[in-house]
This record gives sequence, C-alpha cells and structure tokens, in this order.
Amino acid sequence: MTAPEAAAGGLATAADGEAPSGNREMTYLEAISDGLRTEMRRDESVFCLGEDIGAFGGAFKVTDGFVEEFGAERCLDAPLAENAIIGAAVGAAAEGMRPVCEMQFADFISCGFDQLVNVAAKLHYRQGVAVPMVVRLPSGGGFSGGPFHSQNPEAWFLQAPGLKVVAPATASDAKGLLVSAIRDPNPVCYLEHKGLYRHVKDQVPEGEHAVPIGEARIARPGEEMTVIAYGSSVHLALRAAEELDEDIEVLDLRTLAPLDREGILASARKTGKVLVAHEATRTCGVGAEVAALITEESFEDLDAPVRRLTAPDVPIPFSPPLEQAVLPQLDDMKEACGELLAY
Amino acid sequence: METTDASVVAREGVREPVDVPLTREDRATLFRYLAMMRTSEERALTLYKQGKVPGSFYDGRGQEAISVGASFVLKPEDRMCILHRDLGAHLVRGVTPDRYLANYMGRAGGVTGGKDGNMHFGDRNLGCVGMVSMLPDMAPVATGMALAFKMRSQARVALTFFGEGSTANGQWHEAMNFAGIHRLPIVFILENNRFAYSTPNELEFVVDPVERAHTYGFPGVNVDGNDVEAVFEASREAAELARSGGGPTLIECQTMRMHGHGAHDDMSYVPKELREEWERRDPVDRYAERLVADCGFSSDEVQAIRDEVREYVDECAKQALASPMPEPELGTLGVYADEFEPLGDGNAPWSRWSHNGTGNGAAPGEGTAA
Repeated sequence: MTAPEAAAGGLATAADGEAPSGNREMTYLEAISDGLRTEMRRDESVFCLGEDIGAFGGAFKVTDGFVEEFGAERCLDAPLAENAIIGAAVGAAAEGMRPVCEMQFADFISCGFDQLVNVAAKLHYRQGVAVPMVVRLPSGGGFSGGPFHSQNPEAWFLQAPGLKVVAPATASDAKGLLVSAIRDPNPVCYLEHKGLYRHVKDQVPEGEHAVPIGEARIARPGEEMTVIAYGSSVHLALRAAEELDEDIEVLDLRTLAPLDREGILASARKTGKVLVAHEATRTCGVGAEVAALITEESFEDLDAPVRRLTAPDVPIPFSPPLEQAVLPQLDDMKEACGELLAY
Repeated sequence: METTDASVVAREGVREPVDVPLTREDRATLFRYLAMMRTSEERALTLYKQGKVPGSFYDGRGQEAISVGASFVLKPEDRMCILHRDLGAHLVRGVTPDRYLANYMGRAGGVTGGKDGNMHFGDRNLGCVGMVSMLPDMAPVATGMALAFKMRSQARVALTFFGEGSTANGQWHEAMNFAGIHRLPIVFILENNRFAYSTPNELEFVVDPVERAHTYGFPGVNVDGNDVEAVFEASREAAELARSGGGPTLIECQTMRMHGHGAHDDMSYVPKELREEWERRDPVDRYAERLVADCGFSSDEVQAIRDEVREYVDECAKQALASPMPEPELGTLGVYADEFEPLGDGNAPWSRWSHNGTGNGAAPGEGTAA
C-alpha cells in the first residue's frame, strides 16, 4: 500500500466527518503513543515492558520520550527474553499492575507464546485470576521484512480462548482500542500494522478516547456487497471501492476476538454478498471463521458464496516482486470485488 | 557426576540450622502441617485407587519439609506460585484439605470448582497464582509479582517452587536473569528430588543448578530439603534479604521423590538402595524424632498431633466426598474476567507475624473445614 492510498482510506471513514473540537490529526503511530501516554498519565499502574523501548524509544519509536516523562522504570527495557516479558507481565498484572508489553515484531510472540496461551489466557477460567495486560504486536509486511518480520499472527491467538484480539485500521481506533485494551481486565493482543504507522493519518480525539472492544465499524456504507476487513486490508477495500465507484460497504472488524457477530451478520444480510479480506494467510484464518459464521447464520440471505481475499499459505518472502505476489494488492481487491458484484 | 546419592545432603556446604527463631508452638504447627500434607496425600491416593479421581494423581511424598518450611516464613501480603509437589504450602496459606481432595475428584467444592484438576490450583483469595503444566512457567510469573512489589516500593516477597528438571528449560534462565538484573524481591525454591520424571540428575545438567545463582548475581544456598527447619531458616533469610531490597535468592533443597512422577509410575528406574537410604531420612518422621529428642516434646504430644490431623483429614475427606460434581453449564463460563479483582492475602501462621497482629494464623484443624 502506498502512503496516499492508506491516508485516503483512513480519512474516508463514515464516522469521521467534521472533526469535533479537541481532535488532532495524528498518524497511526502517533495515536498509539498518544493512547499509551494518556493511560500512563491517568493510571500509575500502567507501565511498558519490552526490548529497546527505553532510551531508544522502541524499534518504531512508539515510546519515544517516555523515559523522560515517566522514568525508566515505567518504560522498562527488557532483556531479549520474550517469555520473561510476557510471564513477568502476567505476574505484575495479577498483582494489579497494567503492563503493556511490546513485542519488537509480532513474529517474536512465538518466543513468548507459552506464557501467553498457557498462563495468561487460561488463568481466569482456571483460577479466577484476572490478567489485565496488553501485548502490542507490530505486524504485517510490505517492506521486505522477510519471513520473520512480516507475519500477521492474529489467527494463532484465536485458538487460545481467554485472549482478546484487536486490530485497528485508523489512527483514531489505534488510540481508542489501545486505551480500551489497557483498561480491560483480560490479556489483549493488540495488532498494529507496521504499514499503517506513518501512512495512515486521521483525526484523533485528544485526551479521553476509548473505542469499545468487540464492536465492528462501518467504514463505508454500501448496498451491493460487503468487504469485511481489518487492519491494512480496510484501506485496500476503501480504495478499491472508490476506484471501482461501486456501492460497496466496508466493514472494519476492529476486534477479532470476540467477533462482532451481530455487526457482521447485519452487513451480510443487507448486501447479500461478502468478501472477507486480510493480509494474513488463508487456512483457518479470520476469513474462514467469518465466512463460516455468515454461512451458518444467514445462508438464506446470501446472493453469492462468501469469498476470501488473503495471502496464500506461504511464508512472507523477502524480495519485493515475491512479496508483492504473495500479499494482496489493490488490483487483487478490485478484481475480487468485481467478480462478486458480477456474480 | 554422582548426584543421586543421599550423601549429597551431608557434603561440605550444606548447612545445619542454628538458633532458628521458632517457638515451641511454631514447631508444633510445622509438624502439624507436615503431617497434614502426608495424611491428605495418602487419603487422596486412596481416593484415586478407589476410582474417585478422574485423570492422574501426583503427590510430593518425601518432599513435605520443603513446601511447609518455605511457605511458613511468609507474611499475609506475600505471594506464591505453588507447584505440584507442594501441597504443604497451600495448607500453610489456608487451603483446607477438603478443598484439595475435592479438586482431585473434580468436585464443585474443589479450589478450581472442577475447571482444573489435581495440583493445578491456587487460591487467588489466599495470594496464590496457580501453576500450569509447562515448567517452569511460574518462575517468570512470580518474577512479575516481585517486579510489581518493587515498582510500588512495597516490602513484599514473591516465592515460587520448581524441580531440578525445570532448570533445563530456557524460561528458568529468563526468570533468573530478569530477577537478577532488577534485584527483585523473590525467593526461588529449587526441589532437587533426583529425577525429572525418570531422568536422573546426571542427564539433566553438568553443573549443580544452585551454582548458577551466582552467575545471575544473587546467592545460591544448598540445604537439606528433608529438614523442615533447615528449609525454614534458609527461606527466612532469603525472604528478609528480598524484603530489605537485597534481591533474589535461589535455595536448592536436596530431597528425593519417594513416589513415582504420578501414580501410574512404578519407579522401576530408581535403585532400591537409593530409595531405602532416603526412606530413612523421611522428613515427617525425622521431625517427629527431633521434637522429642531436642525440643522438649513428649512422644504422646507428637502422637496427639498426628491423631488430631488424621481425624481432621478424615472429616475433610467426608466433606469432599459430599461435595457435588459441578454443573455442566460451568464449563463454558468464566473465560473472560468482567473486572479486575486483587488477589487476597494468605494465612501466615509463623508466630512472628501472627503474634503481632499482622498474621492470620489460624491453626490448622481448628474450626471447621470451609
């Protein structure tokens, strides 16, 4: 995705309209920082834990300046030990702190996966112990990061009941969902798409701003078909809808667990044609779950099979032509929409 | 390296406790908890053999002195992650045997209400975050609790247990390293019971794990894990160090797992002589003998404690058996928390805490099993 595409998508949301007073235009990255700062100012129990997040300000600079404002202890540089980061966060959270862990890249959660899925996710179910923690996961490809810096691991978490999973597409939601994730008494995986960091910019409420977890958002209303997407794919869908100049609805899921079942079904029933789009790989992905839900619950409202636009089931390759061939592109989105409209 | 011989506990560097700050009543209480762990686990094994325990059965026979001695040093507001051979620590903190037995049987009255089985429990109201099967996952978690104490400048201690098998896993290194870097108020209790399931020490490590403590920047202490006062004393010093900002301690308790890994394990891999040697070092009988020989107890007094505990555990077993199975609907409830609730405080029966009003040291067996 190019910068103008992403920015156009981010600004073309139905909810935005005229910016109310107290809003400020921010990039997606700035909005994450702003959400984190706002919560750290409001609540002393909120602290950050991750690799190179202190003096360096994080690999992507989300915590730039945090040590100066909050001190090194509340923006704690961790050794290269993801299980210690997640595990220590579980313990601190059980004790009433509100840790926000940064995985330097979402891919690295594999090294802390045991603590996340076996300890954090199951503690409330097994023992009634609430674990209010956030794991920030810089995800996604498109910049030659290769197989270990480009993954979209969200589906891994959907098989671990007890985790909540959010994936904002706009700067406003990036702040609002992070604030809600921090305030939530459960472990929340917060997927921040790296391709959106500096390319998406929109009006973000300053100060208090929380977007509820579990509510999808109609990013663009339409009647003829729905593209259900999240993260970077929302912008691809919005751009495709504009360029095709068709009456396409774009539903931004925002939360992947728990899914907004009613929001999904309402849009599917309205348009009767659904394309589910994501950058993550295909098999057993979010698209598969959304397609199954729609088929089970509103089969008779459909005018076409539910289709998916995803990455194929391959690792994300390094070289630009290979990566572009694997990750869904604007033309792929336009083609998939066109086919469904013509069905 | 020969580490599967009981003589390790007598080698150079293993300390003998002197001037341990325990009252006569403390010693009676320690013995009561040792007996209660032994009796409760024997009772649970019987229930297992009777087919009343679904799944598998694990106990800590031979290791009672470790969980009882270590947990006895804690204040109410301290926190623990307790492992599967450490029933004594649950009992010290206030989990009654009926709730332990009911948990094994998958009953509604178990600590987890049937959500999890055997020793996979921790009473959040008594300051415990319960273990998972992956080891040593609770080491990083306890480290995180200690991090919270340090960040809030609280003079509190986190304590966790693990076997020597866990020291082969990377998460153990991650926890030790993290705790060392930040000098966190944590006590790591390593139970070297000679075998990780069936794998002996010599196939687990080359360097005795307690020696690694120094490489993480904190003390490592080697104690006789079958001597409850030795474990208590080492834990007391470690907790005081932690509470005063001195950072972590690793305590290696030399012991022997006297039952199989689980009830399904016949221990055919354990040499007969080794078992017999450790049988002579039984922590419950040894402490009973010491109370009479060195601490002014009569044999009748010691026997009275055993009898009282047996009667109490019998009563608890009846309560556990009377507890209903959970309602099936419960199986799909409680995945998410609706709100955060802080952990509660545990009992602290050591006279140092209970006599100055900060403890909640109801003696075990007094009152009714809740």
